Amino acid sequence: MTDVLAVADHRRGELRDVSYEIITAGRQLADETGGDLHLAVISGTVDDFADKLNREGVDAIHTVSHGEEFNHDVYTQAVTQLYDELAPQYVLTPNSVNGLDYAPAIANQLDLPVVTDTIDLDNDGETLVATREMYGGKVETTNQLEGDAVVTIRGAEWPAAEGTGDAAIEAFDADIDEDAIGSTVNGFEEVGGGDVDISEADLLVSVGRGIEEEENLDLIRDLADALGATLSSSRPIVDNGWLPKNRQVGQSGKVVTPDVYIAIGISGAVQHVAGMKGSDTIVAINTDPNAPIMDIADYAIVDDLFDVVPELIEEFDE
Amino acid sequence: MKILVTVKEVATVEDEFEIDGTEIADQYLGADLNEWDDYAIEEAVQLQEDGIADEVVAVTIGPEDCEQTIRQALAKGADRAVRVWDDALEDVDLLDVNAKTEILSAVIEEEDPDLVLSGVQAGDDSFAATGVSVAENIGFQWGAVVNHLEHDLDDGVASVRRELEGGVEELTNIDLPAVLTIQTGINEPRYASLRGIRQAQQKPMDVKALADIGVDESTIETELELTDMYEPESESDATFWEGSAEETASELGELLRDKGVAQ
Repeated sequence: MTDVLAVADHRRGELRDVSYEIITAGRQLADETGGDLHLAVISGTVDDFADKLNREGVDAIHTVSHGEEFNHDVYTQAVTQLYDELAPQYVLTPNSVNGLDYAPAIANQLDLPVVTDTIDLDNDGETLVATREMYGGKVETTNQLEGDAVVTIRGAEWPAAEGTGDAAIEAFDADIDEDAIGSTVNGFEEVGGGDVDISEADLLVSVGRGIEEEENLDLIRDLADALGATLSSSRPIVDNGWLPKNRQVGQSGKVVTPDVYIAIGISGAVQHVAGMKGSDTIVAINTDPNAPIMDIADYAIVDDLFDVVPELIEEFDE
Repeated sequence: MKILVTVKEVATVEDEFEIDGTEIADQYLGADLNEWDDYAIEEAVQLQEDGIADEVVAVTIGPEDCEQTIRQALAKGADRAVRVWDDALEDVDLLDVNAKTEILSAVIEEEDPDLVLSGVQAGDDSFAATGVSVAENIGFQWGAVVNHLEHDLDDGVASVRRELEGGVEELTNIDLPAVLTIQTGINEPRYASLRGIRQAQQKPMDVKALADIGVDESTIETELELTDMYEPESESDATFWEGSAEETASELGELLRDKGVAQ
């Protein structure tokens, strides 16, 4: 078959952006295979979600009403049953934390290959060419697949679908086996309140792995003091326990939009960039001129942070 | 209880490198224990120190060359290791999720652990899919991207936090046996002590071929073919300030004053 089945993502009553992006990716693929784009939305206020997802390019929306929030066993059962019913060629899911919690299970159950975190997809009618990164974004690779597959797509790589569609919206009566549900979601918690809200700062001095040692953080603290800036960081600094979680900028941390964001010793992994790309002006200080942070920086200093930062402190301490 | 940890030696790449076909040329590659697996090992060893785990077994798929790296898991406290390799895997460019699933599932079924800990992803190929795929394959429960695990494991249930996007954590109970994929930051991985490193040389590392674990070569044929590798085109339109550190710092200082964000 040649159809595409894409699955929407939502949390706490809100559709996530990638749900609109996956419509664009799915439509593109369905055009290339000459098939229809089916969309599945599972759990929560599915009728309301379906209305919002009914954008240009969607042929059918299948709603599965079961529980409020994401449960991977419910998603796995619902999607595999939809696959059996619709026989699509590709199942597309977001490469979100939840996508990664059920897409590999679906692939295994359906005996399909799975290719994750794709940033581009191309189909010539027979072969799927999926583009993805390796080695933390240092290289891109193309990967070929014949036949049916489960594919997860990275967020913010495809534009969100717009317009109003005329999809057929149908309730899908999935047969959910409650005995097969082996996990229970008990709630959610926002992390990283604390002393400072980095999302309110006008000037962020943000530090990454390039700082090397915890003791060296004092240098960056001195800089923040000298500039009257707020200190933030990329993930590894928080993972090391050098700064609290409320200082973390990125996909799993805070989204920040300061007037100026100074990225010091931060390579610019996609997860970090997701949290700071909305900054008005981005300055990168990094020894590697090819670091991904340079792609989004407005100004860059290719030099050792241990040489540049003391000079900058001196300039403002005078 | 018995805990199995999946570990991998990953390739690390220098800042400057060259690509040879669909691989990075050897001279630009290093090797290291996968960062996410390091946290998984630490979590397992802490469960052992807390008296919850009786045995921690590290499992890897890799050639003999990777043994030194995998022994890091033993040096940090794992009791023994299993390494699976086979001539049939020698020429595979990219071992896909299904192939890894078949191999790891066979070892897990043989070892029969109560809990499997796996890194969320590998730093080289970054599929982030094997743990969940294995769980489904062997009928275990699972949880992906776990950044907190309660250590009491009462009544055969793991209480975990899953790290969602945007600073939100999901609180979830998962029935055991289960596979948890471990996120960085869940703990603080220890450095191996000199004593640990010495002891690791004496700990058993079982080496198994596919036939030894009952996996037929045909079942690990990878369906994903790596066809090209290239450096992403730089999209940078940044203004690169040149000069001494004093000069570049001064440029930045001027910008900050212009923007009115620093005095």
